Amino acid sequence: MCLALPGKVLEITERDRTRMAKVDFGGVVKDVCLAYLPEIAVGDYTIVHVGFAIQKLDEASAVETLKLFEALGMMDQELGDPWGRAAADAGQVPPA
Amino acid sequence: MKYVEEFNDPELARRLLDDIAATITRPWAIMEVCGGQTHSIIRHGIDQLLPSQLELIHGPGCPVCVTPLETIDKALAIAARPEVIFCSFGDMLRVPGSHGDLFRVKSAGGDVRVVYSPLDALELAKAHPDRQVVFFGIGFETTAPPNAMTVYQAKRLGITNFSLLVSHVRVPPAITAIMESPGCRVQAFLAAGHVCSVMGTSEYPPLAERFRVPIVVTGFEPLDILEGIRRTVHQLEAGRAEVDNAYPRAVPAEGNPAAQAMLADVFEVTDRAWRGIGVIRRSGWRLSERYRAWDAEDRFDVGGIVTAESAQCRSGEVLQGLVKPHECAAFGTVCTPRTPLGATMVSSEGACAAYYLYRRLGGTSREAEPVGR
Repeated sequence: MCLALPGKVLEITERDRTRMAKVDFGGVVKDVCLAYLPEIAVGDYTIVHVGFAIQKLDEASAVETLKLFEALGMMDQELGDPWGRAAADAGQVPPA
Repeated sequence: MKYVEEFNDPELARRLLDDIAATITRPWAIMEVCGGQTHSIIRHGIDQLLPSQLELIHGPGCPVCVTPLETIDKALAIAARPEVIFCSFGDMLRVPGSHGDLFRVKSAGGDVRVVYSPLDALELAKAHPDRQVVFFGIGFETTAPPNAMTVYQAKRLGITNFSLLVSHVRVPPAITAIMESPGCRVQAFLAAGHVCSVMGTSEYPPLAERFRVPIVVTGFEPLDILEGIRRTVHQLEAGRAEVDNAYPRAVPAEGNPAAQAMLADVFEVTDRAWRGIGVIRRSGWRLSERYRAWDAEDRFDVGGIVTAESAQCRSGEVLQGLVKPHECAAFGTVCTPRTPLGATMVSSEGACAAYYLYRRLGGTSREAEPVGR
């Protein structure tokens, strides 16, 4: 949960009077709130924690981290199916 | 050194390890206060690559693990109510309360949903005006600004069927509590990188000075951790006790001012109980007066909760770095990720879960995880 993933800002929009973005995490695209990084622009890389951009990051560091996280299965842990994971840990089927 | 080849830059990993080995002359104990760092250290066997004089003590850095039992029980009681859609991060689903967990509440018919972003919970409130949507707002300083945004937006947009169950905690008061506890062996701290991405580094120099401990801001990738440890050892050996930033690519000294402004508006500092540790003065946040109308604890009558912690579970001592997970008699026998007695066995950041995954056989690594390219 405390993981923060680097991603690339693809597109900036506004929702509920707040700056939002489509951010690409190595192929998975998520909605991310930009309220805490007002200066960030399309094409920039940012560190994203629970759907919020918290700091800007240089491209080389971002790409290296994404490669590492992909290899470690950490992208799936953060962006994958939480009920399936909890059910597997519990030795049960996911609740409907 | 058998696992160094598996680091993404083995050459650099070896240089850092050689430097640490060449610098250290006597035993030192360093505590990390970040569940992500704990997990990374155990997963990659970093502690086993270090000189034997160097001990890494795992601190209370897993937010899921320190969320007090009473708050978990309140969450379970609220989530079971028929009018409620209860939203949480996925890590909380199997954290044991006194009786059950959110996974079981869902299986019994409760409307429990996992969200990626706290704002997803607010969207649910907009989509279901006839229901009460509650978000379980836990976490350290990194997670507090995202959670704060939900009530800020709820107030601004006039969304009244949303509320926040708040259990936020702060790292610096925990460092104070650890240093003031009797029998404390910690001589230096690795500070959590992403906490400092938000808060900056200004809270730490007074702690370094007061307790004469180096505090090194560290990331949580394997090489970041090695570099943080290397800088810490240099300070310890030189008799220095300073704040050093070993994670500058993500941590400017001032942190994130916009996020800090939101925290100051939405929250106020309060005393907070940490599971397994007890109340730490001024160690948490609760909603400020302006946002109290969105407090789930006020909105739902969840009084009369009698908590019952497992008598066997030693997670409190694990969280304080007093014992290692495998020193608990229940570890790996009655307590496993399938049947956890404490939260530290559940979360991906909990020390017990990390030891269970990577250290089950007699306290040694089964195999270190490859850190691939």
